[in-house]
Amino acid sequence: MSDAIEIRRVVKRYGTFTALHGVSLAIRDNEFFTLLGPSGCGKTTLLRMIAGFEDVTQGEILLFGQNIAGLEPDRRPVNTVFQNYALFPHMSVLDNVAFGLKMKGVAADARRARAGRMLEMVHLSAFADRLPSQLSGGQQQRVALARALAPEPRVLLLDEPLSALDLKLRQAMRVELKQLQEDTGITFIFVTHDQEEALTMSDRIAVMSAGHVQQIGTAREIYEAPVNRFVADFIGETNLLEVEVASVAGGQARVVLPGGQALTCPSASDTLGRHALSIRPERLSLVEAGGDLKATVERVVYLGTDLQLLTRLEGGAEMQVRVQNSARARVPQPGDRLGLRIEEGAARLLAD
Amino acid sequence: MRGVRHYPGFLAITVLCLVVLYAPLLVIMAYSFNGSTSITSWGGFSLRWYADVFTGPESARFGQAAWNSLTIAVIAASLSTMIATAAAVAMVRGGAFRGKRATFALINVPLMVPEIVTAVATLIFFAMIGLTTGYLTVLIAHVTFCIPFAYLPIAARLQGIEGHYEQAARDLYASRWQAFRLILLPLLAPGVVSGLLLAFIISLDDFIITNFVKGAGMETLPTAIFGSVKQGIKPNIMAISTLMLAVSVLFVTLSYLINRKGRRSP
Repeated sequence: MSDAIEIRRVVKRYGTFTALHGVSLAIRDNEFFTLLGPSGCGKTTLLRMIAGFEDVTQGEILLFGQNIAGLEPDRRPVNTVFQNYALFPHMSVLDNVAFGLKMKGVAADARRARAGRMLEMVHLSAFADRLPSQLSGGQQQRVALARALAPEPRVLLLDEPLSALDLKLRQAMRVELKQLQEDTGITFIFVTHDQEEALTMSDRIAVMSAGHVQQIGTAREIYEAPVNRFVADFIGETNLLEVEVASVAGGQARVVLPGGQALTCPSASDTLGRHALSIRPERLSLVEAGGDLKATVERVVYLGTDLQLLTRLEGGAEMQVRVQNSARARVPQPGDRLGLRIEEGAARLLAD
Repeated sequence: MRGVRHYPGFLAITVLCLVVLYAPLLVIMAYSFNGSTSITSWGGFSLRWYADVFTGPESARFGQAAWNSLTIAVIAASLSTMIATAAAVAMVRGGAFRGKRATFALINVPLMVPEIVTAVATLIFFAMIGLTTGYLTVLIAHVTFCIPFAYLPIAARLQGIEGHYEQAARDLYASRWQAFRLILLPLLAPGVVSGLLLAFIISLDDFIITNFVKGAGMETLPTAIFGSVKQGIKPNIMAISTLMLAVSVLFVTLSYLINRKGRRSP
């Protein structure tokens, strides 16, 4: 598979503030790629640089091998779905969708036909003659999608396009977006701060923070094997413990938890000393006796499908546990002293 | 919370202000229909002074002056609106540039400079560059002082239009010019029309600057009226004034309606 976009050591500075510190990543053709991170991490800046709305301070952006860093936005075969849609308020829905084709010099008949087909694709044929202000938020969002896809861009950029929709609509649109991407075969670059969105739609995800790419991988990779403390903490919920690596032998490390309990977990490096250890709450189970760690239940939160238990390890550290709610099992009570069993490979030592 | 009408003296002050502002206008409008040659005694309803304006002994003078006023107002309003639009786009959309604050001041300070000062300065300027005063100098002066008036509604409108629209257009293969003409200008239109009408009215009734830079023999309607009044007020002046008032009210109303219509649709 060839690369649709290659970002090479891209730096973005605004005066003395550095928004991106030499970001490098490659996005494959036909990929649904997500830039995920908290606000201010540089993900939108990066997207706007690909679109051509922001200058590149340093570095290169290659689109199918061609450096586009100096090109004006109208010279780039990429289109954007804006966060607030930016539909032209004085034009009908059909004219909005046909706008890119008109600018490209497509004849009136052809562009009306294509715009009509795009509206069909997003189920809005009946609204072709309306003004954007006469549509609901979800409909406007689909018009914005149709408008950006109509000129057949090689890459579609989506800047938090679902953030203005309510929850139900957002969940429905996730499925629709992924379907659309598969049907059109266009590379999608999707920016979001919502990890659930990222995990459900993406082929691969780049987790960003403070102008750096922290990790790139599939949803499973970044969830199961976070490379550092930030990724482990940002994606999903996890228990982060400050531990001391006492010894490493044969890829297995002996770590000591605060409070003195010890356990064995896989380790890629030989470094001893202080590390962070991540254990996902759902990879822990409760046992009456034995287990890997001893803990006391402090609080039980009923979540419907799940129970969330806040426990405290002997010696001090807090540990969250998530177990499936079942009618058969006894619900633990605060004060219960229990054993925690860690699933094989679920305790992960983080690099930093 | 108590409404403003409950403040003591509210009614008296309001009535006083309204009387001071509008009573003279009402008197002029009423007496323009006076059948008598006197300006103080009522001689029954008549349109004779309106007829006098168009056919009387001073009609040629007033006709020429009205033509000058009208052409200068149309040209000055058009040119100043174009310049003001360019200035507003640069100021609101141009991002940060050196001397932006100074530019803002340069555009707006003329609104606060006493008109007499501008008048004298403009006259001296024309004299220094050796331009003979006449129609052209009046036109140049009007274009200049109309710019800040045209600028205000245009810049205000532009500030309310989000930058995303132009970016979306650029993203969809529009050149800078196309993004301006097809997207920004239609959205900006109510502000532009409003600025145009305001500039037109300001130009139409300017007296002080015009009087300084017009030179001998050249008249606009306000200077012609002033010249005529110096020889004593005749009722035909009231008819002309009423006509000018009607034109002004018409344009201000149009400007208001267009601006309101534009604001309602996002």
